[in-house]
Amino acid sequence: MATLVTLLWIAVAIAAALGAGWLFRAGAVAVTRGPLARALRGAPLTAAFGMLVILLYILVAIFAPVIAPFAEREVVGSQFLPWEAPYYLGTDNLGRDMFSRLVYGARNTVGIAFATTALAFAIGSVLGLLAATVGGWLDQVLSRVVDILMAIPSLIFSLLLLTIFGTSIVTLILVIATIDATRVFRLARSVAQNIVVMDYIEAAKLRGEGLWRLITREILPNAMAPLVAEFGLRFCFVFLMISALSFLGVGVQPPTADWGSMVRENATLITFGDVTPLLPAGAIALLTVAVNFVVDWMLHRASGLKE
Amino acid sequence: MTDAKRNKPVLLTMRDIRIDGRSDEQWSPIIKGVDLTLNKGEVLGLIGESGAGKSTLGLAAMGFTRDGCRISGGTIDFDGIDLMKADEATKRALRGKRIAYVAQSAAASFNPAHKLIDQYSEAPVQHGVMSRSEAEHDAVELYRRMQLPNPDEIGFRYPHQVSGGQLQRAMTAMAMACRPDLIIFDEPTTALDVTTQIEVLSAIRDIVAQFDTAAIYITHDLAVVAQMADKIKVLLRGDEVEEADTRTMLSSPKEDYTKTLWAVRSHARPTQPPVEKGTVPVVSVKAVTAGYGSVDILKNINFDIHKRRTVAVVGESGSGKSTAARVITGLLPPRQGQVLFDGVPLPPNYRQRNREQLRQAQMIYQMADTALNPKLRLRELIGRPAQMYLGLHGKALTERTRDLLHLIELEPDKFIDRLPSELSGGQKQRVGIARALAAEPKFIICDEVTSALDQLVAEGILKLLDRLQSEFDLAYMFITHDLATVRAIADEVVVMQQGRVVEQGPKDEMFEPPHDPYTELLLSSVPEMDPDWLTKLLEERAAKAG
Repeated sequence: MATLVTLLWIAVAIAAALGAGWLFRAGAVAVTRGPLARALRGAPLTAAFGMLVILLYILVAIFAPVIAPFAEREVVGSQFLPWEAPYYLGTDNLGRDMFSRLVYGARNTVGIAFATTALAFAIGSVLGLLAATVGGWLDQVLSRVVDILMAIPSLIFSLLLLTIFGTSIVTLILVIATIDATRVFRLARSVAQNIVVMDYIEAAKLRGEGLWRLITREILPNAMAPLVAEFGLRFCFVFLMISALSFLGVGVQPPTADWGSMVRENATLITFGDVTPLLPAGAIALLTVAVNFVVDWMLHRASGLKE
Repeated sequence: MTDAKRNKPVLLTMRDIRIDGRSDEQWSPIIKGVDLTLNKGEVLGLIGESGAGKSTLGLAAMGFTRDGCRISGGTIDFDGIDLMKADEATKRALRGKRIAYVAQSAAASFNPAHKLIDQYSEAPVQHGVMSRSEAEHDAVELYRRMQLPNPDEIGFRYPHQVSGGQLQRAMTAMAMACRPDLIIFDEPTTALDVTTQIEVLSAIRDIVAQFDTAAIYITHDLAVVAQMADKIKVLLRGDEVEEADTRTMLSSPKEDYTKTLWAVRSHARPTQPPVEKGTVPVVSVKAVTAGYGSVDILKNINFDIHKRRTVAVVGESGSGKSTAARVITGLLPPRQGQVLFDGVPLPPNYRQRNREQLRQAQMIYQMADTALNPKLRLRELIGRPAQMYLGLHGKALTERTRDLLHLIELEPDKFIDRLPSELSGGQKQRVGIARALAAEPKFIICDEVTSALDQLVAEGILKLLDRLQSEFDLAYMFITHDLATVRAIADEVVVMQQGRVVEQGPKDEMFEPPHDPYTELLLSSVPEMDPDWLTKLLEERAAKAG
C-alpha cells in the first residue's frame, strides 16, 4: 500500500512538473515574438519545465535577501529545530535558519558555478578555435598541454591545486575553470576543424581577412550550437564539482552558505531519518536535471538544423 | 520496342498522388496530384528542375517518403498490392526484393566498412531468395554483365578501393540482386564525368533490357533521359506538365515549358576577334609544376588569359583543373614556374600577397552552399569585400551592396537581410558572383560554377557572367567538365588530362577536327538529344576497337 501511495505521489509530481512546463511555455510564447516564439512553440514540455526551473533559480539567487526571512549567517535558534514556523525547514547544526541558507546557497553555488563555466568557456573556446585555425606547432603545443592536464583525474588534481594555493573563492573559480577549459578546448577545436575546411573560410583567407575576424565572424557563429549545448552540460559538471569540493571541505568555506557544505554540516541528521540534509542535495539535483532537459532540446535542434 | 512494351501487363499504377512536406510548422504540398502508370519492363524518365518533386515521386513508388513528408492522398498499386494500405512488414518484404532503389551518390550509399560483395549478398539472403554462396556466385555474374573490370575479384574490395563509375555500376548490380520488377534510379550519373557516364549508362541500359525490369529513371539531363527511357514525364513544381513517348516528346513537345527545356542549350558566345599581338595578358601561367607531397599534379602548364576573354579549362575530375586554380590564387605554391599578373610575377603564397593583389583575382566556387558562410546575411557577405578593399562604410557601403544585388538581378529590399539558407541554389550562386564583383577585380576564376545547378538556372548564370564580363572588362578562367558550357561561354579552351595540357586554342578550332585523341573522346562522350545517340556511339567505338 505504501509503495502504491509513493508511486501515486511520483506520478502527481511528474504531472505537476509537465503542467507547469506547459503553462510556462504558453506564457513564454505569448510574450515573445518572431523566430524565438516559433522555437519555443516547438519546445517539448520537459524543456519548458527545465527553463521554468532555471528561471526560478535565477530569480531566487537575485532576490535572495528579499525572499529569505533571516540573514545568511545569523544564529536564530537552537540546533536542529524541527520544521515549524518561523523556521519552515528547521535549523541547522549551529541553529541557523535552513530555508534562508538554502536561498543564499542558490546565490553562492549557482553564481560561482556560472562564473567558473563562463571563464572555462572563454579560455577553452578561444584557444580551441585558435588551435584549429592556425594549426601547425601552435595546435601541437596547445593540444599536448591539454592532453597532459586531462590525464590527471580532475577531482584529485583540483584537490591538489586547492591545497597548494589555499582555498578562497577566487582560487576555486580559477582552478576549476582551468581544468574544465581543457574539455572545452577539445570540443571547440574539433568543431572548428570541420569548419575551417569549408570553402567560405578559404574565401575569407584569400580575401586577406585577419585571424581575429576569421575566428569571430566566420568560424564562431557556425560553432555556436554545439558550444552552447556544451555550456549547459559543463555548467552541471562544474556545479557538482563545487558541491563535491565543498562537501570535502576545500570548496566554499563556512560560514558562507553553499549547498555542498550544507549537506556535510547537517549529515548527522541523516542517522535520525530526517530528510532536511537532503534538501540542498535535492536543490542540486533539480537544477542539474532542469539544465539537462534544456540542453537536450538545444542539441536536438542543433542536429535537426544540420540535416 | 515501345509498342511491344505498351501491350505488356501493368506493373505500377499511381493515381492522383499528393505528397506534403513539413516546413515552418505547417504542411505544404510537394506533389499536387500526379498520375503514373508503368508497364512491366518499361522505362519511364522523370525530368524537371530541382524542387520539381522528381525524387519524392520516385520514392513514393515504393510507398516511401522522406522524413518530414507524408502522402496525403491518392492510390499506389504495385502489381495488385495497395501500397497505401499495406503495413510496414508487407512493404519491407517488397523493398529490395521486388522494388529496388539506386541513389545518386553510390559513394555515400555504400557502407564504407563492408566489402561490396557482403553488401550485395545482404538483400537476397535477408529475403531468403538465395543462400550466401549462391548470392556470391550471382554477384560475380552480374558484375560481369555490368562490364566491371575483374568481376571475379572486384566484389572483395571495399567501396573506397573502386572508382566512382565502378561504384555506381556495383550499386546497380546490387539493386538487381533479387531480380526486382522495378528499379528506381535517382540521378545515377549526375556526379560522374562524361566519359565515365557513358559506361554506366550503357551498362544500366543493357541490364534493364536483359532482365526485362521496369524502371523509373530520374534525371535533370534531357540528353541522358533520351537514351534511357521509353517514355518521358515532365514535372514542374509538383505538377505534371506532359507525358509522351521519348521520340514524340523530343520531336514535338506540346507544352511551352517543355519547349523551353529543349531549347535551353542555345546560348552561345559570338566569336571574339583575336587578341592583338603584344598585349600583356591579365594572368599568365608560366611553366608551372605543382603538387602535394611527392606527387606532381600539374606538369609544366602554360596558358594566358586576356582582358575581356574567357579561357575554359576542361578535363575529367583528377586532371588538375582545380589545382591550377589553387596555384593561381596562391593556396598551393608551385614547385617550379610562376604566375604573372599584368606581367608582374605574383608571390607564390597568398599570405605574401598584398591586399591589392588579393583584390584583383577573385574566385567563384562550385558549391555555393559551402562557399557562403551560412550564418552571415547577404548585407555582410557581399558588403565585406567592398568594406575591406574599397574602405566603404555606413551609407556608402549599403548603397554599394544594393547596387551589387541589382547587378545580380536580386531585389535589394527583399534580399539584403536574408541568410543563404533562405535562397535557392541559383540565387546562392548569384550571391557568390556578387561577392567576387564587390572586390572590383580584373580576373575571376569560376570553378564549376554551374555544375550543381539545373539547366535553366545554369543558363541564367552563364548569361549573367557574360553580361558582367563586357560591362566590367573581366577576364575569366572557367573550370568545367561540361562541354556544353564551354560552347556557351568560352573564347579559348585548354584541355587537361592527368596534369598536362593536351590541347589548347580558340574555341572554334577545338570543336573542329582534327583533335587530340583525348579531346575526341571528351567531345564524343557528351550526350546528345538523339535517342539513338548512345547506340550509335557504342557501335562506332566497338567498330574502331575491333
